Amino acid sequence: MKLLVKLSHKSRPIIAEVVKDTGVLINVDRARSDAHEGEEALVDVPDESCKLISEKMRSLGAEVSILEEGIRHDRDECVDCGSCISVCPKEVFSFNSEWELQVETKRCILCGRCVIACPHQALSNNDI
Amino acid sequence: MDKSIDEINRRIREGSARVVTADEMPAIVSELGEEGALKEVDVVTTGTFGAMCSSGAFLNFGHAEPPIKMERIWLNDVDAYGGIAAVDTYIGATNKSVTRAETYGGAHVIEDFIAGKAIELRAQSSGSDCYPRRNITTEIRLEDLNQAIMVNPRNAYQRYDGATNTSDDTLYTYMGTLLPHSGNVTYSGAGTLNPLCNDPALRLIGSGVPILLGGAPGMVVGEGTQHSSAGNFGTLMTTADMNDMSTDFLRAAYMYRYGPTLYMGVGVPLPVLDIEVVRRTAIRDEDIPVSIKDYGVPSRSRPVITQVSYADLKTGRIELNGEEVRTSSLSSYRNALKVARTLKQWIEDGQMTLCLPTRRLDPSKQVKPMRETRKVVLVQEIMQRKVVTVKEDEEIPEAARKLLKGETNHLPVLNEQGRLVGVVTTFDVAKAVAHPERRVRVRDVMTRNVITTRSDEPIDIAAQKLDHHRISALPVVDAQNQCIAILHASDLGKLFKPGGQGV
Repeated sequence: MKLLVKLSHKSRPIIAEVVKDTGVLINVDRARSDAHEGEEALVDVPDESCKLISEKMRSLGAEVSILEEGIRHDRDECVDCGSCISVCPKEVFSFNSEWELQVETKRCILCGRCVIACPHQALSNNDI
Repeated sequence: MDKSIDEINRRIREGSARVVTADEMPAIVSELGEEGALKEVDVVTTGTFGAMCSSGAFLNFGHAEPPIKMERIWLNDVDAYGGIAAVDTYIGATNKSVTRAETYGGAHVIEDFIAGKAIELRAQSSGSDCYPRRNITTEIRLEDLNQAIMVNPRNAYQRYDGATNTSDDTLYTYMGTLLPHSGNVTYSGAGTLNPLCNDPALRLIGSGVPILLGGAPGMVVGEGTQHSSAGNFGTLMTTADMNDMSTDFLRAAYMYRYGPTLYMGVGVPLPVLDIEVVRRTAIRDEDIPVSIKDYGVPSRSRPVITQVSYADLKTGRIELNGEEVRTSSLSSYRNALKVARTLKQWIEDGQMTLCLPTRRLDPSKQVKPMRETRKVVLVQEIMQRKVVTVKEDEEIPEAARKLLKGETNHLPVLNEQGRLVGVVTTFDVAKAVAHPERRVRVRDVMTRNVITTRSDEPIDIAAQKLDHHRISALPVVDAQNQCIAILHASDLGKLFKPGGQGV
């Protein structure tokens, strides 16, 4: 499960603390540090530990939300060209045997590369 | 046992013609043999669906009251051609809207017309005794026009070079997003289904031949612009009535930082007249070579990195310098199949019969580059040879003194050997003064990843670097990476001064 974690500027090394305390291994998919909006990380945690990790992070002062949805794919705008396939770092996109684009949103880390690469504006990410 | 075009048309009219799509042909020929395939198959349909920038449409609006001879014309604020009288225009696919985001262009106007949407027409005129009106603004739909005839100067490229990028930066091109360090490969084209690939000698495809264009029945006008069939890069000029088109076979697109373009579906049916046609239409993806070119080199003659086939590209991965690189198609094979299958349906239903070219295309034609009579302006003509530099181990106050003395915002940073290793700006120095903790020397604050130019680089390429990286100066280096000069964004202004160089 993907969790979006917002950390305040002066926070402690929350992710490290959570890993140490819970023993759950967390995969950081993406992290960003911005002068205005603070620090933000997209982390991947095992489904069964999601509640434990979220509570622990919140108790340490982080804002945690579950990322339900990956990239949004507009079937009507899509022409099944495949421009998105090779720019995606997580191999979210592929063709089926009929050359129809398949989108595995679960793997998506919302990096946004495909949003720019799509010639038909069929991909969007509203969340981040 | 050759077949005549009349014989094939007779079978189409009777509903007994055997029509197959071009991708099915290789298997049919290997099963039945060439003679068997000739006997069995009457028509092979082809198809392609991809970005075809050189497309557009002639429109006639009908006369206004009082009448106007439109000289400047905008459709949804996209410039259309005003050089033909009086209420005629040509709307090109790649023109950008002058008011909307650059993601909207001529291609979108064309798609909106076909989707039945209302388009705002604005036009201006200088007025004359016969056409007194000077301005008009109105809303029109496709059904309101007398004619909406798509005429595309360059469609259906026989094949197209693939693209990769060996540079350090992501590039945004008409070949899509190209990741740095050859991080991906993009390509375009339908391979085995491509019309001209199935008739490279241009025996069947030529002027007057019926086609599917944007979902409408249309025809080949003649050779397309930049037609270069001697190198297997043939193109077609095509036409059809926009009223018969559908957005299933035509889509406006926007390539990031390139601009609008039009995705067109184009298909040509080929009559199977003789063994030669059977052989040509049995072409497979494996048989069509594609050069992968390096778009990291901003020149007309981009170096070829490797040679592959459409079959290789369609696996989704190819090998580049010993590494596996993923591939992306920019054109849609699924829609190319839809074009070929729709054409097949039309012919099976007797809606379209075939003909041979009324005028054949030249199979030996070779494209020429532009003749240029003025020399390209190079960086050396406007760069500043007097350049103030700083050493990487000098202290911040020394850098500040040099910035002031040199009246500049950029100091190239040199190492002991005099090689360029970084750049410091007034911003870096200000930051170091505001947070003096660990920022004592130039090397602590400098930018190490320096974007540079060379004295013999064309000025347009240097300007693109400034723009792309949003920076305002480029150190000019020689082959030994010695900083010999600096080019400021403000130096570009010299080109436009009266009596200045270039222009």
